[in-house]
Amino acid sequence: MEFIQTRFEYLFKSTKGLILVAIAMIGLETALFGMLSGPMAEFGIRDVVVRLFNMDLVQAEREGRIIILYHSIAMAVVAIETYIITAMLKMKEFYKTAVRVLITVGYLSAMIFGMGFAYWGHNWPLHGLYIAGLALIFFAGVLLAIALWPWNKDVYQPDKAYSRTKNGVDIERLAFYATAVTTLISAFFGAIPGSYFGNGFQVFLAENIIRYPEKTTMEYSVIGHLHIMLALIAIMLTLIIGRWLNFNGLLHKIAMPLMIIGTIVLNLGVWGVVTPLESVAHMIIYVGATPSMLAALMLVIFGWDKFIRKGIAGIERPSIWQKLKALMRDPLKFGPLWQMVFMNFTVSGIGIMMAVKLDEIFRIWPAREERIELTGHWHILSAIIATIILLYYGDLIGLKGKVRQWYGWGIIILSNLAFASATIFEMKRLFISEAEQQPLVNTVMLLADFGLGMLLVILAMVMIWRFIDLFKKKGRWTQEVEQNDLTAEVEI
Amino acid sequence: MKPTSWYLIVAVIFLTACTSVDLDAPVPNFDIAVDPEAWAIIPAGEFLSGQFNDPITIDYDYEIMVTDVTVAQYVNFLNVALADGTLKADVDRIAGFYPGDEFHGTKHEVEISAADYIFVPLNDPASRFSFDGSSFSTKPGYESHPMAYVSWFGAWGYCGYNSYRLPTELEWEKAARGSTDSRPFPWGEEIAWNNANFYASRDPFEDMSSFGSRTTPVGFYSGQAYDGYQTLDSASPYGLYDMSGNVWQWMGNIYKGQHYRYMRGGSKDTYDMDLRIWVRNNATPTYFSPGVGFRCVRGGE
Repeated sequence: MEFIQTRFEYLFKSTKGLILVAIAMIGLETALFGMLSGPMAEFGIRDVVVRLFNMDLVQAEREGRIIILYHSIAMAVVAIETYIITAMLKMKEFYKTAVRVLITVGYLSAMIFGMGFAYWGHNWPLHGLYIAGLALIFFAGVLLAIALWPWNKDVYQPDKAYSRTKNGVDIERLAFYATAVTTLISAFFGAIPGSYFGNGFQVFLAENIIRYPEKTTMEYSVIGHLHIMLALIAIMLTLIIGRWLNFNGLLHKIAMPLMIIGTIVLNLGVWGVVTPLESVAHMIIYVGATPSMLAALMLVIFGWDKFIRKGIAGIERPSIWQKLKALMRDPLKFGPLWQMVFMNFTVSGIGIMMAVKLDEIFRIWPAREERIELTGHWHILSAIIATIILLYYGDLIGLKGKVRQWYGWGIIILSNLAFASATIFEMKRLFISEAEQQPLVNTVMLLADFGLGMLLVILAMVMIWRFIDLFKKKGRWTQEVEQNDLTAEVEI
Repeated sequence: MKPTSWYLIVAVIFLTACTSVDLDAPVPNFDIAVDPEAWAIIPAGEFLSGQFNDPITIDYDYEIMVTDVTVAQYVNFLNVALADGTLKADVDRIAGFYPGDEFHGTKHEVEISAADYIFVPLNDPASRFSFDGSSFSTKPGYESHPMAYVSWFGAWGYCGYNSYRLPTELEWEKAARGSTDSRPFPWGEEIAWNNANFYASRDPFEDMSSFGSRTTPVGFYSGQAYDGYQTLDSASPYGLYDMSGNVWQWMGNIYKGQHYRYMRGGSKDTYDMDLRIWVRNNATPTYFSPGVGFRCVRGGE
């Protein structure tokens, strides 16, 4: 009994245990349900999986299944970010505990019961529990926002090296707060149309209606919701990485206000799509995205400069190679910032190019080609977010030596290979005709699948190691169970 | 393994992406039982439309082609219409006159004014017909394959020339689904590899390691066996073939504020999810591809 109790307390009460459970759940879900589409369907693996697990896949419900799948993975990611925030930022113990309990029960309910409903027949109590899970996550978010209230003197920033007001209000905390509050508001933009369409059991994927010249308010709301929620998850993660790397100094003082302004304007733009301001909403979104991306750029400059300085300490006249070596010395520190840079080539750059050349190039092509670009673009952003979390997690669990190097570089190189291949696949029509595309498609799909597959193998190896570790009396988990305060692990 | 070995492996993989495709690779030749000249009558009445089964009534009878228009049928049209001056041969295209659409100035809408527009491209190495400067002929083996590489204007022109028209989306959907149930595919609830020609569906015409997926002759999935390849009879309730897969089919609808033309049915280049009856695709009317064809209707409106 004690065996189970101690492990349970580690997995569901400690910061690192909670993160481990959420990563394991996402890994399992991705591995299982990833076998139902794309090349896995092509190879016939989907049919085997469907039979093996006795899934009930009604053709007309595909879009609904996918929506629940995306939500259940996203909720676990939101839970991971919440665990980290509650462990990094000062807050009352009551809030910390309440937020964690609510969000853990919430995401596990949403994931388990939601997927049960979506893939194993319509059991309506399961659907109810799925919705209840989402509601719990929302309430956890409300409590988190209350806990993050930045105008409480107990949480003022005394150190002038960080962004703060004259009174001492912590601007970084304000950025976390603004992101949490706008996330809660933006959740309504999915919940309201979700209830509306759900009542009539009608679902659609945004990429399938993108060319309709007249969309309803509810349709705009769904499109806005999916864009802003992913953007907010990315913004929150950028703030977390900044805190982890102890982002401070002049760049921090410029970046944090930019992050707040960017987040608020970005949200206003997205909310604007359901108002008469729809025609200018895109412009507002661009205006909001720019300061947010500038703030992230400042974090990258700060972080890389810091790594280089640390790496060349003691060298009188370091060469460019020594600086480069210093920068890339630790893949787990270098990686998250590199992934943010790499995102510009595979996500932001593609998005901007599409916006600029939309009528000239992309809308000459069939809607299906545009759909590939749209879905590829945001799948890559989601996966980049996941890899940044995994790199950070590698540091959290104290990977050292060669394992740290292999784990870190494995994630960076394999994911970059997969994302670059997927980007070439998305954009193939720019340089090859349909009749001649097959060798290129085969190669990029092979590389993308190899990259993502091996990345999952790395994750599986870590998860198996952590699973075995749980059976050891003095395993690593016994140390982690005490390491609840992540501020102690901030990069100095 | 040394780093050099890794570089070599990656280089070889990238080189495979640059392999050229043999667009004239030999094509299997089979006798197909389905007659591409046949028409099916779709009686007036109600049917369930779309993914969410909205009851819709079409209050007139109409006829629709049992199969897509074939390369042989279209080549015949090209020869006749070029000879009588309906079509014009430019350097790289065959064009015909289109009277234009009403323009509403909607965001992203492109004006389609009265002018000559491309029907089919000329000199495209992947197209299934050839042109010697005065007449057209079918590339051997492709006579009964669906006519692809045809723009919406080319499909509209063919149907109009023969006093037919392109089907509306609703007419097409009813013809594909029948009037009795909410089936997702013309033949029923589920899809198997040998129900239709879709991406990597393992039919005798495809080779995913080189040229990829190719069209199958119209009416190929009729339950016949071809050199050991057994197909399932995949006719719709009204006896239509190729309503899912092989080539997308241009629709006749012109929607207010849009220059896009819609397509139905999925194709040899799409996964099975796009073969569901309610799935829509669209493109500019000048678009053509190896995966887009059409069929006509007559009667009704």
